Amino acid sequence: MNRTATLKLPQYSSRDLALGVVRGADTVRKGLQYPALGIALLLALWWWGGTVIANNPDTMAFASFAPGPTLVAFWDMVSTGAVWSPIESSLQRVGLGLVWAIVIGVPLGVAIGYFLQLRQLTHVPFQFLRMISPLAWMPIAVLAFATWDAAIIFLIAIAAVWPITYATAHGVQRIDPMWFKVGRNLGAGPYHTLRHIILPAIAQDVFAGIRLAVGVAWIVLVPAEYLGVTSGLGYAINDARDTLEYDKLAAIVLVIGIIGYLLDAICVRLIKRSSYREE
Amino acid sequence: MTGHFLQIENLARRFPQPGSKEPTTVFEGVNFSIEKGEFVCIIGHSGCGKSTILNVLAGLDYPSDGHVIMDGKVIEGPSRDQGVIFQNHSLLPWLSTLHNVTFAVRARWPSWSRAKIREHSVRYLEMVGLGEVLSRKPAQLSGGMRQRVGIARAFAIEPKLLLMDEPFGALDALTRGVIQEELLKIWARTHQTVFMITHDVDESVLLADRVLLMTNGPNARVAESVIVDIPRPRERATLHEQPGYYPVRNHLVEFLVRRAKTLASAARDTDPRHTPRTVNPVKPDNFPPRPALVRSG
Repeated sequence: MNRTATLKLPQYSSRDLALGVVRGADTVRKGLQYPALGIALLLALWWWGGTVIANNPDTMAFASFAPGPTLVAFWDMVSTGAVWSPIESSLQRVGLGLVWAIVIGVPLGVAIGYFLQLRQLTHVPFQFLRMISPLAWMPIAVLAFATWDAAIIFLIAIAAVWPITYATAHGVQRIDPMWFKVGRNLGAGPYHTLRHIILPAIAQDVFAGIRLAVGVAWIVLVPAEYLGVTSGLGYAINDARDTLEYDKLAAIVLVIGIIGYLLDAICVRLIKRSSYREE
Repeated sequence: MTGHFLQIENLARRFPQPGSKEPTTVFEGVNFSIEKGEFVCIIGHSGCGKSTILNVLAGLDYPSDGHVIMDGKVIEGPSRDQGVIFQNHSLLPWLSTLHNVTFAVRARWPSWSRAKIREHSVRYLEMVGLGEVLSRKPAQLSGGMRQRVGIARAFAIEPKLLLMDEPFGALDALTRGVIQEELLKIWARTHQTVFMITHDVDESVLLADRVLLMTNGPNARVAESVIVDIPRPRERATLHEQPGYYPVRNHLVEFLVRRAKTLASAARDTDPRHTPRTVNPVKPDNFPPRPALVRSG
């Protein structure tokens, strides 16, 4: 009797509990240790580069690129709030460019994925256009658009539209024909097929395309903002160069990297949330 | 009008053949009828066109010749009157168990309230024993559970005609047995008209009121309509103790092993408007002009 009772109610000692907590902490530590090491290695490389520059009489003028001055300038920009205005302008341009790329790319991708003839028709022209650097359109964009802002948004959109289009088309091609059959059997017309079968089926691929597009857009943004505008992170870099504020320049580079990382992380979350395939 | 609920008349399907001007005829002169509330299985070897017949009944495919009349109207395309259970569960993987059913129920009755759609869907999921896993995604269900969701979905839209294309073909034998009994239960409660393709003789004896036997393709036909004269409710465990079990089973097996082939070569010389012979293996001397529905409970 006594024995069965002890079997049914296992006693946890404080030692077991302590071990459990340690194990839990251990899992967290193991999950973070490699990312932390990666960040530390990058910082070490940066610091080493800074010392090399500072100790060379030819490059001593650029010593404020090192982590010390940069982090001070970074903190200065954050605490005074000066960092937010260029971020806002840049995010607005990237956001609008991406919206255009999505508005054009997703329907285009659905059509290319769905209709074989359209896929064959567009293959050569689109691959040709896709391979042209977005920055090569810069002179044309400046001529074609009335404002600098519009020209930059155009450059971002034309860079971002290809990954979105092709990821969407790929997603549509991967749709299980059985799901269309199910839809037809339930009396789904073109609208319902699009809304309830195609769009949920490709959501994951569309977000994967947007993730790639965000990467390209964020890269194109900075050189595009070297153009006539007087706001944004690209302008801030150019401005800091002209005024020889290298610590500020490096701090903006840091900001660009951090925001790029965060944008990517958001996309990864969206992909995971819309994912139903086990990959 | 003939008065049958479902009337298949002179159905044929031909495919163009590469390298030849003559098209291949998969089946032709297929005539049969199904009454309301009847459970009919169709058996035949691969390539006799069973699935094509089912797709025509579903409105997902078109015959080369002949037509199908359901409830006085010719079937000319997919509609909500025909529900299909496909061989592979065919659930939408991004929807939960419950939403895979509500999705179909909403399509069927767009004017229903959210609560009513949910209540109706849950009732059918509970009938197949899935009341506990409503929020799981298909990837988190076993193969048998997925097929049950498919069954619940098809029954939930209460179609005039329920079509099943080897619904249990992809399941292991043990799971198949369990789900067959579940299907029997849900059918006993709803009295759906069912047309089902199977390769499994025992499955057809357990489930069907009548079994249609097809000769081998090409030029396949429905040769016989075999009455399964075994009282309901039927159970897998006791089915073989029924006096009608062995006569029916032996008749079906004998047809598939021997006559499906010999009749196929003989059929070419006969009248193309071929009506299947009605057979009752339990009472071999009794050839009723129409099968009487034997059902209890």
